[in-house]
Amino acid sequence: MNNTFNLVWLIPTLPLLGFLINGLGRKSLSKSASGLIGSAVVLGSFIISIMTFIQVKQGHTGVIHFFDFLRVSGLKVAFSFQIDQLSSLFLLIITGVGFLIHVYSTAYMHDEEGKDFAKYFAYLNLFVFSMLLLVMGGNFLILFVGWEGVGLCSYLLIGYWYENNNYTDAAKKAFVMNRIGDLGFLLALFWLISKTGSMEYSQVLNAASLAKLTTFDITGITLLMFVGATGKSAQIPLFTWLPDAMAGPTPVSALIHAATMVTAGIYLIARSNILFSSALITQQVITIIGLATAFLAASIALKQNDIKKILAYSTVSQLGFMFLALGTGNYVAAVFHVLTHAFFKALMFLGSGSVIHAMGGEQDIRNMGGLHKHMKVTSITFLIGCLAISGIPGFSGFFSKDEILAGAFGYNTIIYGVALFTALMTAFYMFRLYIITFTGKFRGTHDQEHHLHESPAAMTIPLIILAILSIIGGYIGIPEVLGGHHELAHYLSPIIPTAHHSLSHQTELMLMGLSTALVLGAITFAWIRFRNFKAEQSNGGLSSFLENKWYVDECYEWIIVRPIKKASSLFQHILENRIIDGSVNGVGKLVNYGSRQLRWLQSGQVGAYVLLMVLGMLLLFVIQFFVS
Amino acid sequence: MGTYFSFPDLFIWLPILAGLLCFIPALRNHGKNLSLLFSLIILGVSIASLFFTNDGKYLSFNHVSYIWLKYLGANYYIGLDGVGRSLTLLTAIVFPLIIGSGYKKEVSSSHSFYGLLMLSQAGLMGVFMAMDALSFYFFWELALVPVYFLASKWGGEKAIASTFKFFVYTFAGSLLMLVGIIYVYLHTGGRTFEDGTIAPHSFSLSAFYQASLSVVEQTWLFIVFFLAFAIKMPIFPFHTWQPDAYDQSATPVTMVMSAIMVKMGLLGVFRWLIPMFGQADHLLYHIATVLSVIGIVYASFLAMVQDNVKKLVAYSSIAHIGLMSAALFSMKKMGVQGVFLQMFNHGINIVGMWIVLDIIERKTGIKKISELGGLAIKAPALTIFLVIISFANIALPLTNAFPGEFMLLNGLYQYKPWLAVLAGLGVIFSAVYTLNMIQKVFYGTVKESTSEVSDIEINEKIVLSVIVLIIFVAGVYPQPLIDLTKASADQLFTIIK
Repeated sequence: MNNTFNLVWLIPTLPLLGFLINGLGRKSLSKSASGLIGSAVVLGSFIISIMTFIQVKQGHTGVIHFFDFLRVSGLKVAFSFQIDQLSSLFLLIITGVGFLIHVYSTAYMHDEEGKDFAKYFAYLNLFVFSMLLLVMGGNFLILFVGWEGVGLCSYLLIGYWYENNNYTDAAKKAFVMNRIGDLGFLLALFWLISKTGSMEYSQVLNAASLAKLTTFDITGITLLMFVGATGKSAQIPLFTWLPDAMAGPTPVSALIHAATMVTAGIYLIARSNILFSSALITQQVITIIGLATAFLAASIALKQNDIKKILAYSTVSQLGFMFLALGTGNYVAAVFHVLTHAFFKALMFLGSGSVIHAMGGEQDIRNMGGLHKHMKVTSITFLIGCLAISGIPGFSGFFSKDEILAGAFGYNTIIYGVALFTALMTAFYMFRLYIITFTGKFRGTHDQEHHLHESPAAMTIPLIILAILSIIGGYIGIPEVLGGHHELAHYLSPIIPTAHHSLSHQTELMLMGLSTALVLGAITFAWIRFRNFKAEQSNGGLSSFLENKWYVDECYEWIIVRPIKKASSLFQHILENRIIDGSVNGVGKLVNYGSRQLRWLQSGQVGAYVLLMVLGMLLLFVIQFFVS
Repeated sequence: MGTYFSFPDLFIWLPILAGLLCFIPALRNHGKNLSLLFSLIILGVSIASLFFTNDGKYLSFNHVSYIWLKYLGANYYIGLDGVGRSLTLLTAIVFPLIIGSGYKKEVSSSHSFYGLLMLSQAGLMGVFMAMDALSFYFFWELALVPVYFLASKWGGEKAIASTFKFFVYTFAGSLLMLVGIIYVYLHTGGRTFEDGTIAPHSFSLSAFYQASLSVVEQTWLFIVFFLAFAIKMPIFPFHTWQPDAYDQSATPVTMVMSAIMVKMGLLGVFRWLIPMFGQADHLLYHIATVLSVIGIVYASFLAMVQDNVKKLVAYSSIAHIGLMSAALFSMKKMGVQGVFLQMFNHGINIVGMWIVLDIIERKTGIKKISELGGLAIKAPALTIFLVIISFANIALPLTNAFPGEFMLLNGLYQYKPWLAVLAGLGVIFSAVYTLNMIQKVFYGTVKESTSEVSDIEINEKIVLSVIVLIIFVAGVYPQPLIDLTKASADQLFTIIK
């Protein structure tokens, strides 16, 4: 490789360095030092990522080989980075949004003790490192290294307040559910290796390698990869960990559980789009799962009262939209939505953190209200986030969501209908959240009201930047129908072939108009319904079904967890203790018994021994006689 | 020939010398220091052995052969091949770690404790290097006897019973193996020694590989040897001696058993069983593979319900060994190389695990998961080590166990995908019970049992740091360890073809 990318190795190495410094020096570093180091290393990565992005934009791409990670019996896996359009884009998201969240954290986590504060930044840096490996890796194995690495960091950060058992339960659940998906991913890799003998993108993701695979192979491999993606990106059936993951500090939720890690599944599929495009069954499965997840999570979000839980279900739902896009072959739209979602969802999570900060830890929106007049920056930026996610024209979410919906319309009208309805629910629950939280009268305690304040600059400035990005972020993908050139699609075209648009401009415009009108209607409905909000009792039926999240957790408990526990204890008490060990001991007892019966043989009388000896020899002779 | 110096000799005689010195009355009080010193020297020798893999012009570094029982055709023949080098390295690394981690702990009649410990090292080293069936059997038993005494004399309250079971069980296996060895021996060709003596049969490894055995005989002998090795590893359903033995033995002894002794069974399989009985009914290989995989799932299930943290680790180890054994019997090159790699890394990780658990047990007197909690508050350094070692134990990428596990599962997948799926359940379950253990023991609030706990001592810190260093180095750059044993795998596949 020429020296175009001679700084690229620093992109993941800087956060790793930050992790080591903060991790090893956690006892001696002051809070401002560890915050500074933690943020500075990510800023460094961000600057190099921008430089890299510019290089790639000028047409330089390449694979940087460091050393061979594994070389064994015909399989060669390099430790290498692939710098191209897709990875350079993700680099910007991860390090850019990541840096803002690091800065935000220095203020948000300020009440932590010094060494815990350093530990927090160490974990956060480690996460950025792993996530960078995930997107930079030049083959599926390095991707998997990062893939499991981000799972580890997610586990560590969800369980950051480890004294609370519920939190560590949530951390455990996240890791285990991810591992279920990871097994699928691993099996996909084995399958791929067995057919193509490689895991390098450069060798696997091309037409020649595709020719080695039968339809059955491709379907199997892609389905298994998708299983991996459902774990990491919280899709049905492995989505229930993500809402629980809100136990972690709020900036963590913004970075890991909204903007970056959970989009790893989308990255994986976008990266391997050549495989997925040839697997029709897989595409159908992804479409249906994505849509179902989007719908299910949005319906649950309608009835949640915990500000972070609403955002979490909203994330699950938006991820579902991205998968819907992937399933309909609309890879660019999925990546586009990853980008815009990273902005507006990170913004809203950080905004919710600002609210929680002001409310002294309170997360129930029923106890909030009227916060707008106390914290204007948070309120206005949050509103921008709501407008963006709802898909109001002019805001970033409009462009990416509209592209997904248009793709769905071209695919199947029913799917489009459900997706549109989900988009309406999205607008509705987001504005429910906004209206209940920021407008009306304050419903909390007097003490809380007294404490209400806008957050410090370290928190509001990231909010403002993200709010700006949530508005302008969409302009890199203005469709032709609106007179744009869809810069993003052009940029990504070497990795993702541009899809042919089957829709006429007229239809597209009509769809945009329809969804915009309906979304505005949904927002108005939310305004009418919640403007005079009073904490109400749940009124049973459907609403308690939604409040209880479709009882999915309960189902898993009954169908999977309990039977496994039951089986384990049965194995222990019956199979292990009685049958297997019992028979081992039984053999022992038998020998014991037998030797007691034969004790008379050792009588101590020489005569008897001689007799036995002679008899024995006679027996041997007889045997030999017959044998020969 | 002029063999004045060779690594195999040093690996045998240095530990024996150390062991004997410990028993000398004048040195009674120095057992610990003596054995630490010697084990470090042996480690140095072992590292040196990695760099002198070719014999010199006048010196044979890697093989030692003396005529032993001439008329029986038996040589005392030990040598280092790739796997031998890796396993002796493991043994050489583990012993100083064991001694170092217990350095501040008082052991009753320490001279005989450390003496026996060093003698067991000699036996283990011998097993890994033996190239002659009689030498092999000799060292096999030599390793067992000191460990038996160590386990029964310095164990917990139920040690006598559990050790007796361990001894009788594995000894029964050994006897089966002896019968098998004699049977094969009687079917070997003659051997001519350098001095012209001709023996009718031979105990040499190559003669055993070429023994004239019919397919039926091979099948029977496969079963006999399989039982011996299956008990040793152990694989399901021959494993019930293990949890009790691990639980009841003194921790250093448990470490020797779990990190090194279990590898004897695996070594037996690929150095003796498979090359000798390549013609045996293939169904047997299949059954052995399936049994191993069942063992993975079964042991993982059991690990999830253990309240005794030592038994949890014991069952988790059974699952790990099961994966190695499955990959071995399924006979795919990727898997076999994975076994060679993983034997080393499993040994390192499980020693780390025991060290941490031993520290906890010593500080609290408790090994029940349900009675512990909040250690992260009281002993943060210990917690960090444990978390790293645990994640290595569940084969997180960039830790040492990942490349091996990847290769093992991949090999198994090449053999039968559905077996890889089943074995893969172990990957999930291992996360469940390991994280459970971390949560219950280290997280949460401080309990009465843990309220007085202090963080770790300097010697423990050093030892654990070494382990963590190995975990990451071997995890990020595993290739040297893979290359070390590559020739052995190639050789194995040439023999059976």
